[in-house]
Amino acid sequence: MTTTTVTVGLGSCGIAAGAGKTYEKIKAMKETEKLDFNLKKTSCIGMCYREPLVEIRDESGTYIYGDVTEGRAIEVIEKHINQKDPIRDYIVYSDLFDAPENNFLDSQVKIVLRNCGYMDPESIEEYEAREGYKAIGKIATRKIARMEVIQTILDSGIRGRGGGGFPTGLKWKFANANKSAEKYVICNADEGDPGAFMDRSVLEGDPHSVLEGMIIAAYAIEATQGVIYCRAEYPLAIKRLNIALKQARDKGYLGKNIFGIDGFDFDIYIKEGAGAFVCGEETALIASVEGERGMPRKRPPFPAASGLWKKPTNINNVETFANIPWIIMNGAAAFAAYGTEKSKGTKVFALAGKVSHSGLVEVPMGMTIRDVIFKLGGGIKKDKKFKAVQMGGPSGGCIPEYLADTIVDYDSVNATGAIMGSGGMVVMDETTCMVDVAKFFLDFTRKESCGKCTFCRMGTMRMLEILERITDGKGVEGDLEKLEELAYQIKDNSLCGLGQTAPNPVLTTIKYFRDEYEAHIFHKKCPAKVCRPLLTYTVDQEKCTGCLVCLKNCPVKAITGERKQPHFINQDICTQCGVCFSKCKFESIVLS
Amino acid sequence: MRIARFNIAQNNIELDPVNLELIDPLIRKYNGKKGNMIPLLQGTQEIYGYLPRMAFEKISTETGLNLSEMFGVATFYSQFRLKPVGKHIIKVCHGTACHVQNAKEISEALEEALKIRDGETTEDRFYTLESVACLGCCSLAPVMMVRDQTYGKLTGNEATKIVKNIRITESN
Repeated sequence: MTTTTVTVGLGSCGIAAGAGKTYEKIKAMKETEKLDFNLKKTSCIGMCYREPLVEIRDESGTYIYGDVTEGRAIEVIEKHINQKDPIRDYIVYSDLFDAPENNFLDSQVKIVLRNCGYMDPESIEEYEAREGYKAIGKIATRKIARMEVIQTILDSGIRGRGGGGFPTGLKWKFANANKSAEKYVICNADEGDPGAFMDRSVLEGDPHSVLEGMIIAAYAIEATQGVIYCRAEYPLAIKRLNIALKQARDKGYLGKNIFGIDGFDFDIYIKEGAGAFVCGEETALIASVEGERGMPRKRPPFPAASGLWKKPTNINNVETFANIPWIIMNGAAAFAAYGTEKSKGTKVFALAGKVSHSGLVEVPMGMTIRDVIFKLGGGIKKDKKFKAVQMGGPSGGCIPEYLADTIVDYDSVNATGAIMGSGGMVVMDETTCMVDVAKFFLDFTRKESCGKCTFCRMGTMRMLEILERITDGKGVEGDLEKLEELAYQIKDNSLCGLGQTAPNPVLTTIKYFRDEYEAHIFHKKCPAKVCRPLLTYTVDQEKCTGCLVCLKNCPVKAITGERKQPHFINQDICTQCGVCFSKCKFESIVLS
Repeated sequence: MRIARFNIAQNNIELDPVNLELIDPLIRKYNGKKGNMIPLLQGTQEIYGYLPRMAFEKISTETGLNLSEMFGVATFYSQFRLKPVGKHIIKVCHGTACHVQNAKEISEALEEALKIRDGETTEDRFYTLESVACLGCCSLAPVMMVRDQTYGKLTGNEATKIVKNIRITESN
């Protein structure tokens, strides 16, 4: 019997990087050469920047290989398995020596991601072997009362991980207090925030932990039916959830008298979202599950009193549910030991943008943003200058470099004007234009506004028009004041979170990068060289080889010159379309 | 309100002849169930690739769902399409991470190469070009998805090449 295990990471990003082919290659090698090792699949371990990843675990220890394309897979298997000679150059993590990415995994605290990348997400047995379904089992065998479960969640101090930060225990308490023969537990997996992918990773990597969290919630509030509202854009997550649901039903973890608890009947179904960011809002999500347009309703009544089909309903985010079994198993105190005074536990962040190590990291609350980006994220790509980090997506804001020592906790992040949000962290460097970023988010919220509240529907439109004017070089004095006035009007007069937070990206960028706005408005310059209408394109006479490519591609024939002679751009004709810049192979088009 | 699609006029809905019997099993499955409107539309779109006008009418008459409410739902969610699409949909990601890494260049290069604009279908109905909010592969930004395969770390030229190659391999 072999003790060597080869595991291939098959999450969405791994597959996109070619992990599927790597897996097939290793499988073929194992079969044709009759190699003696166990081949397993797992999901994302978070190190997206080194995908495809292959882990080899043998008697000596654990080795994770990075960038294992098909070709490299042959080499790795040949050397490591057949010749017992690990290839040090390709190893990114090992428990035996100091590999380049050891720090990335070792400085994290994995509660939510405790199983992601460590087990086969399509195997309930592997989940059970990692303390899976033991938390609900503990509740059943020790006959822990409902209120006691809720008290544990309250004591742990966990707050909603979807962005709002409302204490989860309190939500459960309200839902429990409203008596009804029918009650619902909904898992919000409508991760619409562009730039955030942690929920997808949890669902793909550890679907059973979410189901177990929902079962515990159902027990606590006496719910009869569960719904997972998942984005249709996540086909792999939906597939793995369906497998997990079937396995759980077969084992009797869903159905009637679950875990021998008399009268505890509960089942879960998946509801595919149809693509609307506003459905991340509780009441809009409920409307969507009911088959209607996802438009928010007035609160109160809160869903805890009157939610899905007007019955008491408890809605939590994927990440929140994934925490629950761990809290029940390890106790409230163990969870509360991590974090700050008002934000307990850990938070998963999706690091993306201009950061070297983009991927998924889970850190204890209270770590500074700088540490997340530089210690875990490996700093900025191509050693450019760190400018800002965007947190909270379209509802959040940009935190400038000089505030990077802000700690990660709900209240500290809120104080900067951004929000914790669901955990997207998009890093920006000196080549990112903050006005352009604000415009990007506002364009998003404008399209996603459901249209119910006038201020959100029309206000975002008007703000976008002003921003477009500014980036087109037609900004006028007073534009910033107008933007601010509109922003506060929208915040004050919108019903739901989408409208109340939509102006945040604009407000934070005006607050921290006012000079950049002013450069656009008064000097007609884009310091980051992003807003094309404000740029001047010229030919570097030294570098130009006279290849005629830009000349041929220029749609307005603004470029003149002979073959092998430096070209020239006529500024009166140039429309700043940028075609010459992207076509030039010699970097001889200069922006200024 | 989804202002982006504000301009869809009723008469723009395609009147392509489609085999309406295909949705019979779907109607039987969901008829009378509460909250059935979105699953019905999703199922219909899965069959035809879009929502044909005739299908709206058939579902309405057979299930009693209100035609205007169905149209309201169909235009609200970005998943639903009212026009036929190409054989393959090119989804260019415009999430935050892709945006700051120049996703615009990818879209522009493809628009130029395919001679269509964002949201349109090529004349031979081979490709439909779409911008999507986020594909969740932010670490590989900028990305696009064609035939359920994700391509990452793209440039405009590479994207154009991939799209051209797919057309060549499939026409052989």
